Amino acid sequence: MTHAAVAASAMRPPFPAERGVDVYNKKLGMWVFLGSEVMFFTALIGSYVILRFGAPGPWALPGKVLNIPVTAFNTFLLICSSVSMVKAYAAIANGDQKWLKIWFGLTILCGAGFVAVQAYEYTHLIHHGFLPSGYRDGSELAELAAANPVMYGQAVAGLYGSTFFTMTGFHGFHVTCGVISMLYLYVTRVLPGKYTKDDHAGVEVVGLYWHFVDLVWIILFTIVYLI
Amino acid sequence: MTTAAAPHAAPHAGHAPMGFWRKYIFSTDHKIIGIQFLFVSLFFLLVGGFLAMQIRWQLGFPGRPMPGGGILPETMAPGGVILPEYYIQLVTMHGTFMVFFAIMPLLVGVFANFLIPLKLGAHDMAFPRINMWSFWTAFLAGMIMLAGFFVPDGAARAGWTSYAPLSARPDLSGASYGQMLWCISLVCLGLSSILGSLNYITTVINNRAPGMTWFRMPLSVWALFITAILGLLALPVLSGAAIMLLFDQTIGTHFFDPAAGGQALLWQHLFWFFGHPEVYILILPAMGMVSDIIANGSRKPIFGYHSMVFAIVGIAFLGWMVWGHHMFVSGMNPTLGSTFMVSTLIIAVPSAIKVFNWMGTMWRGNLHFHVPMLNAVGFVAMFVIGGLSGIYMAATPLDMFIHDTYFIVAHIHYVLFGGSLFALFGAITYWYPKMFGRVMSERWGKIHFWLTLLFYNCTFFPMHIYGMGGAMRRIYDPTQYDFLRPYQPLNQFITISAFLLFATQLIFFVNFWWSLFKGKKAEQNPWHDNGLEWTLPSPAPHGNWERVPTVYRGPYEFSSPEVAEDYLPQTRKLPTDREPVLAPVAGA
Amino acid sequence: MHWWLPLKASTFAGPIDGLFIAILIITGIAFVVVEAGLIWFIVRYRRRPGRKAFYTHGNARAEVIWTAIPAVTMVALGVISNHYWVQIKGRNSIPPNAYPIAIHAKQFEWQITYPGPDGRLGTADDFTVRNQLHVPVGQPVVVHLSSEDVIHSFYVPQLRVRQDVVPGMDIKAWFQATVPGDYELACSQLCGMGHYKMRARVTVHTQADFDAWMKQAAQAGTGGTGS
Repeated sequence: MTHAAVAASAMRPPFPAERGVDVYNKKLGMWVFLGSEVMFFTALIGSYVILRFGAPGPWALPGKVLNIPVTAFNTFLLICSSVSMVKAYAAIANGDQKWLKIWFGLTILCGAGFVAVQAYEYTHLIHHGFLPSGYRDGSELAELAAANPVMYGQAVAGLYGSTFFTMTGFHGFHVTCGVISMLYLYVTRVLPGKYTKDDHAGVEVVGLYWHFVDLVWIILFTIVYLI
Repeated sequence: MTTAAAPHAAPHAGHAPMGFWRKYIFSTDHKIIGIQFLFVSLFFLLVGGFLAMQIRWQLGFPGRPMPGGGILPETMAPGGVILPEYYIQLVTMHGTFMVFFAIMPLLVGVFANFLIPLKLGAHDMAFPRINMWSFWTAFLAGMIMLAGFFVPDGAARAGWTSYAPLSARPDLSGASYGQMLWCISLVCLGLSSILGSLNYITTVINNRAPGMTWFRMPLSVWALFITAILGLLALPVLSGAAIMLLFDQTIGTHFFDPAAGGQALLWQHLFWFFGHPEVYILILPAMGMVSDIIANGSRKPIFGYHSMVFAIVGIAFLGWMVWGHHMFVSGMNPTLGSTFMVSTLIIAVPSAIKVFNWMGTMWRGNLHFHVPMLNAVGFVAMFVIGGLSGIYMAATPLDMFIHDTYFIVAHIHYVLFGGSLFALFGAITYWYPKMFGRVMSERWGKIHFWLTLLFYNCTFFPMHIYGMGGAMRRIYDPTQYDFLRPYQPLNQFITISAFLLFATQLIFFVNFWWSLFKGKKAEQNPWHDNGLEWTLPSPAPHGNWERVPTVYRGPYEFSSPEVAEDYLPQTRKLPTDREPVLAPVAGA
Repeated sequence: MHWWLPLKASTFAGPIDGLFIAILIITGIAFVVVEAGLIWFIVRYRRRPGRKAFYTHGNARAEVIWTAIPAVTMVALGVISNHYWVQIKGRNSIPPNAYPIAIHAKQFEWQITYPGPDGRLGTADDFTVRNQLHVPVGQPVVVHLSSEDVIHSFYVPQLRVRQDVVPGMDIKAWFQATVPGDYELACSQLCGMGHYKMRARVTVHTQADFDAWMKQAAQAGTGGTGS
């Protein structure tokens, strides 16, 4: 830690940048990291698109298997958390500790709420017989699909389960990581009032990540639930 | 503690003595991390070589007990005779270890870590702690991969390319846990590479010393920077694919299972979309470091510095558009084959530029054949063969014949051994003094080089002929085929050459270890080079510079008429040099 | 053993071997130029005391030349290769009169289904043989490739034909043998433990011999004698 401390402080001014871009290291690092995240989700979403268009039968109709209203509420929750993240950043950019605590706390709550609703959604789906491998034999969904094979996309249930759980699962994992790191920052930095008008890199960097995760969800919600 | 809290720690504690664990094991110093990568990946290089020797034994002398093979368990080689299932594990793990745990970390893990801050005049990486995690994640990945040999059913058995559905179905491949460990390990490795890459990219963009403009960066740093971008964008695709494969094996998904609507070719598209940029990850840093060494050995500025940079960028850019050339006969739409053929052939152009510019650098030089220079020239000579043999595969009709034969095996080894490994022998010898404060033995270095060059060509060149004859790769017993049986003497010649080649590498390892303790003490600038790292003592101290140096020129000012010596360090200020103009400080 | 390409036993061998020789000449020239140049420089410009290297940063004209030559060569090579590629693998390359044979690959054998005396697949007189591919000489043959389990690859070196056999895909490949004789069909894509012995015998008959074999095999219904 000590060496890192020296290195980190020495790399700040007084060695200004003719070199470099006008972005500090942590923020640049997060942008670069998000570049790799884009490629990761591209791999998952791209596979989904290829599998769905090359599938031997029609996909289940929207809303037949997945509960759109619940997830729409969840989407709303996540968008709210993005807004509150913007508000938190604006507050600390003005040096406002009180509203930073409120907005940042709200962001964490909304994020945690999203994860909770998703966990509920998963247990619900699994209970009804929707698994990564398709519709469980003898389950409620399997019977419905047997009665309406086209509407429930019976022929491609395996692909439906595979792509749905992998994509939303990894998105949920990213949200969970975000919530944990925000919670950590909240306890160690926000509550003790360590962020100031001039030094609030943590809020900005975690905010970038959070907006990215939100954006990915909006894409996933559209292509997995609505289409 | 997090890095976020680090800048607030007491700054004076920085160079205080640290315990062994902090200094050498959980170090955040980029040089120590580079050296950790060096030891670990040299170990995996040996492991990979050891696996290759077993493969060669089986190919040269199929069905005969392997000397010393008696110690292997019954499930691998009863009585020393290699079983088909063990042979496939050998083939799979040789490729996997060499590509992911030897060459890639040797080039990127070792030299991106060691060179980028030193050559740019930074105290350390932008995120030293993330850097430490990058090493330990890679180490964990290597251990998980190695564990494959010790689980029931043994290691992965689907080749290093792990084509689905063979890799996705334990009932078809016969490997259950091994194949899962393969996936988990590569997900870890992907994470490690991403963490490393984001460090390298941020450091190169933001932490250059005053005066170190983009076009004063050494070509090694350019190459490592572009490589980091490739790694950053390619590895997540591999991770995604490996996760899908792992889910297919474990939780019953059907991504690659045609019986349930999945697509077998999807794996190949994902793997090669990662895999071709990966090929350039494995060669670009070698090209960059060879450029540095050849300029130094020729005592001449690099020929066409700018076109060298653009060639690196061009190769990296085109590298994203050629993945389909691994799939010409895979059943992919043949029209796509035409497109991929054209983009592949065009990659030959920047590669040719690089080769000719290295020759241009040597032209009218004053060539010093120290060990790094020998290896660098060896790299150029061998890389040319590997590059040219690639053209045969790029031509689609011809690829239909030589795809998956020993011709491609020869090609990949000319690029990865003749290319990357020769460059690595050169680079390790070249920067060894700055790493350890001692010089490796010159005499044994030369012996190692010449013997390697000889046995290497004896091993891999005949594979072209074997491949032209139609010999398929990954065949446990070639004598099963009438048309391959006459080639058995050739196979035995290759095998004996390979054993000698392996033995020759022991010279390098002994030289490496011996010099660590008994080598000649290194001066500060043993090769009379211009780079920033040579202004530091050998070995370079913790935190690198007391004061960050100022840079006045590019790194290749050898034999400049402005000075009497034949080199002109980047930091030396001549009366005509102006101080760099500094832009305003970045916020926060 | 021999040091060259295998016997030319199909119509593909001409263009493919021609392309091989053309590339061998092109790469041979490049190889000689580079390696001879390297050796010349190594000897000519080796270190001599008191001499200083020629100080230059490059030469734009030389670089343009050695960029242009490979570029033109490669584009030309691409055009020529594509001409043959379209003939061999193009969408419409399969001759309409090609004799159909269905090949089903599975770990670790080739199940070869012949159309029987009527020359059409999918009729009652089809019969299946293990690991025995019989084709007439001078007649285009189209193989319908399918796989039971994993990816295999249909490869006959003397016929210069290779095509991966992918489960879930129906792939056709064609060839026209020119020399009667016995060859070997090899699996050239790693397909598991027994990959190395997934081999079939290929017999190229004269038309008269083929007709005779067909008659006899169709009667037996099993395809002659095992090897």
